[in-house]
Amino acid sequence: MPTDRRTPRRAATSGPATAARGAGKPSAALSSEQRLDLYYWMRLTRTLEERLVALYRQTKVVGGLFRSLGQEADAVGSAYALERRDVLSPLIRNLGSMLVKGATPVEILKQYMAKGDSPTRGRELNIHFGDTERGFIGQISPLGDMVPVMAGVTLSFKMRGEDRVGLVYVGDGATSTGPFHEGINFAAVQRCPLVVVVENNGYAYSTPTSKQTAATRFVDKAIGYGIPGERTDGNDVLAVYDVTRRAVDRARRGEGVSLVELMTYRRKGHAEHDNQSYVPDGEIEQWERENDPITRYIARLRDEFDVTEDEISAIDDRVRREVDEATDVAERSGPPAALDGLVGIYADPPSEKPLWYREGQDAAVAAHERAEGWGTFNASKASS
Amino acid sequence: MAEITYLEAIREALFEEMDRDANVFCLGEDIGGYGGAFKVTEGLLDRFGESRVIDTPISETGIVGAAAGAAHMGMRPVVEMQFIDFIASAYDMLTNYVATARYRAFLPCPMVVRGPSGGYVRGGPFHSQNPEAGFIHTPGLKVVYPSTAEDAKGLMKAAIRDDDCVLFFEHKYLYRRIKAEMPAGDHVVPIGKARVAREGRDLSIITYAATVWKALEAAETLAKEDGLSVEVIDLRSLAPLDDEAIQATVRKTNRALVVHEDTRTGGIAGEITARINETSFAWLDAPVLRVTAHDVPLPYAPQLEDFVLPQTTDIVRAARTVAAY
Repeated sequence: MPTDRRTPRRAATSGPATAARGAGKPSAALSSEQRLDLYYWMRLTRTLEERLVALYRQTKVVGGLFRSLGQEADAVGSAYALERRDVLSPLIRNLGSMLVKGATPVEILKQYMAKGDSPTRGRELNIHFGDTERGFIGQISPLGDMVPVMAGVTLSFKMRGEDRVGLVYVGDGATSTGPFHEGINFAAVQRCPLVVVVENNGYAYSTPTSKQTAATRFVDKAIGYGIPGERTDGNDVLAVYDVTRRAVDRARRGEGVSLVELMTYRRKGHAEHDNQSYVPDGEIEQWERENDPITRYIARLRDEFDVTEDEISAIDDRVRREVDEATDVAERSGPPAALDGLVGIYADPPSEKPLWYREGQDAAVAAHERAEGWGTFNASKASS
Repeated sequence: MAEITYLEAIREALFEEMDRDANVFCLGEDIGGYGGAFKVTEGLLDRFGESRVIDTPISETGIVGAAAGAAHMGMRPVVEMQFIDFIASAYDMLTNYVATARYRAFLPCPMVVRGPSGGYVRGGPFHSQNPEAGFIHTPGLKVVYPSTAEDAKGLMKAAIRDDDCVLFFEHKYLYRRIKAEMPAGDHVVPIGKARVAREGRDLSIITYAATVWKALEAAETLAKEDGLSVEVIDLRSLAPLDDEAIQATVRKTNRALVVHEDTRTGGIAGEITARINETSFAWLDAPVLRVTAHDVPLPYAPQLEDFVLPQTTDIVRAARTVAAY
């Protein structure tokens, strides 16, 4: 077990793969409004997920529930480094990133509750949805696959000379996949304007990073692709913003792909059902006590930026109100119409036909006369 | 107009579509300066430059995924698999990502994945495959597999213009053996429509790709030696299948033989046979039979490959069995 697994304040130092290190602190240019904005998105992420837990326990969430508790800073801080026109591809623990990009609590709630007017009309689960207009692309479950896809998205930016950047999240686990390697290598060769963010939260489902890779730092993988990498404390939202913003700026200048490693910790299981029996005693509690990204940010806002308790609680109140209102709206929606499940597999043809035994079932049976002797089963004989 | 080969017809389609639409671009291994392993993309780099004719690392998953991402943003990528056998490396990306994109996320994915396919060329286990069946099993993908030069061009143009992902199988045995004069003008062959390659009354052979030509040879033999009038249906598109054309020929001749070069178990012939059973059982005068490859990886030696793959004589023999039933 690597020592940093049990130590909340893991060193955020950068190593030999670091090129952009110390290239200024973009967060210094954030306005006080923007700093509170960051707090708002982190708080919204947490409160919305807490609401989802309640709905999950009421069985209104029909599938699994995935939490990003303790990772809100890495999701929010990195997405905040993008412009509106930029595109990101979130992972299952990037609810915060999607909210920053314009996904709404109502959409998230409807999606989890499989409503007919949810963003995917009940086709996909949880936060698996996207909107290219707002700049986020729906992920799929096979991990690492979004890296090649985002290589292509950013290749199109380059081909068309558009001033746009892409960002793709992968977990520590996905770095072991073929698509991660193929995608990042392709993008590096093509000098696509892409930022690859490795969220190192210590576990891939139950597998600790020590069983995921023999490398001590994921950021060192950048060397092999000939790209710069930078690692930082993923639970410090301003530090996350700084490293991501430097990588984004670099991509925007046409200098190609960067790798960012964010050190964080997954305080909940892979999904809500996971009891985390594989986690050493006290580890989760220590992170909660010593390294909660929201608690830490509140302290910084107070100590460094003179934000008052009232300002913080005003945001908390606003978030609670928004989540309450969103829940009311989402709960009012109905389920999808079953036949909508056959629509839109292709542009042409626009839908599949129901199979004959799903359409006019009575007529289908009636069309065949029952032959004599059909039905030889005899219940009284079968039971003896 | 001069005749051009099946391979040149594909190239001509690529040139015309890249000329017509600036969003069309090609990517693949060795397709640029080298012109591709079979030279299908020869000359594209000179005409369109390296931003639209991209030599890629050896990364089937990477380039298929990148094509999908670019397609979401309005591009129309054409991906070359150096040999279609290597499409297996991109199976996850095609089936899990590309095929589901429109349905689960309303993301358009207009792209073509094309590559040299098929055997009869002494290519051995990894340069001879026909992996189409695995993909027609995946909702969300379209699959075409032309047998003529005209269709190779017309279907390629249709595939590039299609708003979904089309897998375009090119038969490498036909690349330089089949020639035709191209129809004038903007020649587009609609996806999903079969072709009657030979009209007949007594028996239907339903097939596609290289075995169309073997079926035509067989039909000639059967006409001369047996007085049988054989209809040959060239499916051209495998997903979607042209159910109307299959029904029409079966109901006309009442006897059907399904032929393909792919292996037997789980092959498309099974699907076609099931559909005939479901829709046209009452019209049949004989069971539907299949002529396919044996269920073995494709071997290299001519004696082995020729034995494993379906030959004209096999089609003749099986057709006689169906006709005599």
